[in-house]
Amino acid sequence: MSSRDAMLARIRSKVSKGNDEARRAAVDAHLASHPRNLIPARGIGDDEHRLRVFTEMMQAVGGSVEVVNDINDVPHAAADYLRNSNLPAQLRRGQDAVLAKLPWHRGTLEIAVGRAEESDRASITRAFAGVAESGTIIQTSGQDNPTTLNFLPEVHIVVLEAANIFASYEEAWSKLRGQFGEGTMPRTVNMISGPSRTGDIEQTIVRPAHGPKNMHVIIVR
Amino acid sequence: MEASAATFPANVIKALADSQLQYAMTETGPRFQTKRSVARDALPEFDALRDQSRDIKNHVLDHLDIYLERYEAKVQASGGHVHWAATAEEARAQILEICRKANARVVTKGKSMISEEIDLNHHLEANGIQPVETDLGEYLIQIRNERPSHIIAPAVHLTRDQVEADFRKAHTHLDPNRDLTEIPALVEEARTVLRQKYFEADAGVTGANFLIAETGTSIIVTNEGNGDLTQTLPKVHIVIASIEKIVPTLEDAATILRVLARSATGQDFSNYTTLSTGPRRDGDPDGPEEYHVVILDNGRSNVLGTEFQDMLRCIRCGACLNHCPVYNAVGGHAYGWVYPGPIGSVVTPALVGIENAKHLPNASTFCGRCEEVCPMRIPLPKMLRHWREKEFERHLQPASIRWGLRFWAFAAKRPKLYQFGTRIAARVLANMGHGKGRLRNVPLASGWTKYRDFPAPQGKTFQQMWKERAK
Ligand code: SF4
Repeated sequence: MSSRDAMLARIRSKVSKGNDEARRAAVDAHLASHPRNLIPARGIGDDEHRLRVFTEMMQAVGGSVEVVNDINDVPHAAADYLRNSNLPAQLRRGQDAVLAKLPWHRGTLEIAVGRAEESDRASITRAFAGVAESGTIIQTSGQDNPTTLNFLPEVHIVVLEAANIFASYEEAWSKLRGQFGEGTMPRTVNMISGPSRTGDIEQTIVRPAHGPKNMHVIIVR
Repeated sequence: MEASAATFPANVIKALADSQLQYAMTETGPRFQTKRSVARDALPEFDALRDQSRDIKNHVLDHLDIYLERYEAKVQASGGHVHWAATAEEARAQILEICRKANARVVTKGKSMISEEIDLNHHLEANGIQPVETDLGEYLIQIRNERPSHIIAPAVHLTRDQVEADFRKAHTHLDPNRDLTEIPALVEEARTVLRQKYFEADAGVTGANFLIAETGTSIIVTNEGNGDLTQTLPKVHIVIASIEKIVPTLEDAATILRVLARSATGQDFSNYTTLSTGPRRDGDPDGPEEYHVVILDNGRSNVLGTEFQDMLRCIRCGACLNHCPVYNAVGGHAYGWVYPGPIGSVVTPALVGIENAKHLPNASTFCGRCEEVCPMRIPLPKMLRHWREKEFERHLQPASIRWGLRFWAFAAKRPKLYQFGTRIAARVLANMGHGKGRLRNVPLASGWTKYRDFPAPQGKTFQQMWKERAK
């Protein structure tokens, strides 16, 4: 018997009460219906409420947030942010169509496209979603917004459309299923709440550890 | 890894006499406790989420064979490979083989307790592969060749001074006159040293907090971002996880994630929660080309269907350690194996055998705090009691304890004799305290009183007071 079959047989002998058919049916029903459990009230509310809670929570974990009313203002906002952080006016982005269309020349920014390289100081990505209840950004992998952009540069700027700010993780799961299909996931889904940190030496919180030092979220209303 | 859990009493004496350790541990428990209670108070639904989390895991354990099959099918459908390891030895061999096939020389590692459990690093080293821990705490103990002393804060037993000394010893290529007085300077140095390793590595090993059956996804939770660089940059990503990490759906994962970080560090959510499914897809500019999951049993299935099954609900948050008076006094190393604290005292006997861990079920004051704070509502004190019973049944306790208990049982069954005995003992102890209420030493209990005073009995015995109140 293979290790696999032996392990499964052993587990089955411990948990089965001769009711395998019923157990299998219970598992498949649960997987197919993936019911929601209790969802905390904190994030639930109208657009303004979700935007406010998201902002408060993100700031509480060390991220910064600004709101623009027009997506075409993003290059300018990003350029300002880099200048105020004493960083060169250079950004790395993926092939995301919404980001590609922005008037980058307005911000006098130098833009590179692709996955992050070791020398990149700052990146910009477009979020798949935001979650108000914990101030969390959700990113999906792929050429549009490569995963390395979330981790290698010291500054990570995120464009988040207000319509994509959900109350809870569960609403983001629904959007994932809508886009990628039931039971199917992109290679990586990153849930990010603020810049990298560690408390491993005498429980003193230090930023950054291995990821970005700063996370700046530009919310587009 | 060899367990020294059998020498727990000796380990404790050493720990209590270790002034560096005692200094490092002073603030640890209270700080963790405060953070958790602030996070709990900020979420009115917290206790209801604990109930649901418990129910989710109970459902999984009752259907574990089927969920594992569903999970495996999903991993394969997304282009990943699943390896089944009944023992630590099998898991080590499988990981080594994957590394060899990839011609790996350097392997970066995210934090994984399973890796500690199977002693992966020594095995890789013995076979010419350099493992590099990237979680700061794990890196610190790796360069000291130690084990973690806490489930989520592996280096919590170290002081800043020790870290500085270790870095000067380990990073000899750096300027010996550099200033490392401040903690941020130490963190910055680790970041720079490890950044290079992410790019050099041929394979990255991570643990998993959860495996999602619905999608074939593994989840890691970190604050540093080290796990993400570990699994994104090398060609091969290897996940090691034990059988009980399964949760059914994304929704179920979300529920348990809501109690995990709050119980662990008092955060609402950890900085990085990452869901990984298979290798890089067509057109992906980054991510690993191969994705492997090694699923480990290593004794866990022994407790399925027994009075110990509930321990498999554990999500390794560390809350029971942080709230344990014994853990906070002696630190994690005294427990002698990989998992310390109350959950360690419950899990270790199951995984290494009660005969190799026979003192651990006694490493408890039965104050009940661990069960009170456990997000998965694991009845830890009850399980410790079960182990004590097993230990007693199997005659693993020293003759003096067995004899003493038999004597106590004899007296306890004869109320008059018992009351007489306790009244005498209380009076003798009270006199020894000379009215100060503290005893500097107690006959036959010097192991206790060397490091703390024993409260002298004040006044009457419980039974005397009970009788008086009943009147
Ligand atoms: S037993 Fe409970 S409190 Fe302890 S580590 Fe496990 S889940 Fe956390």
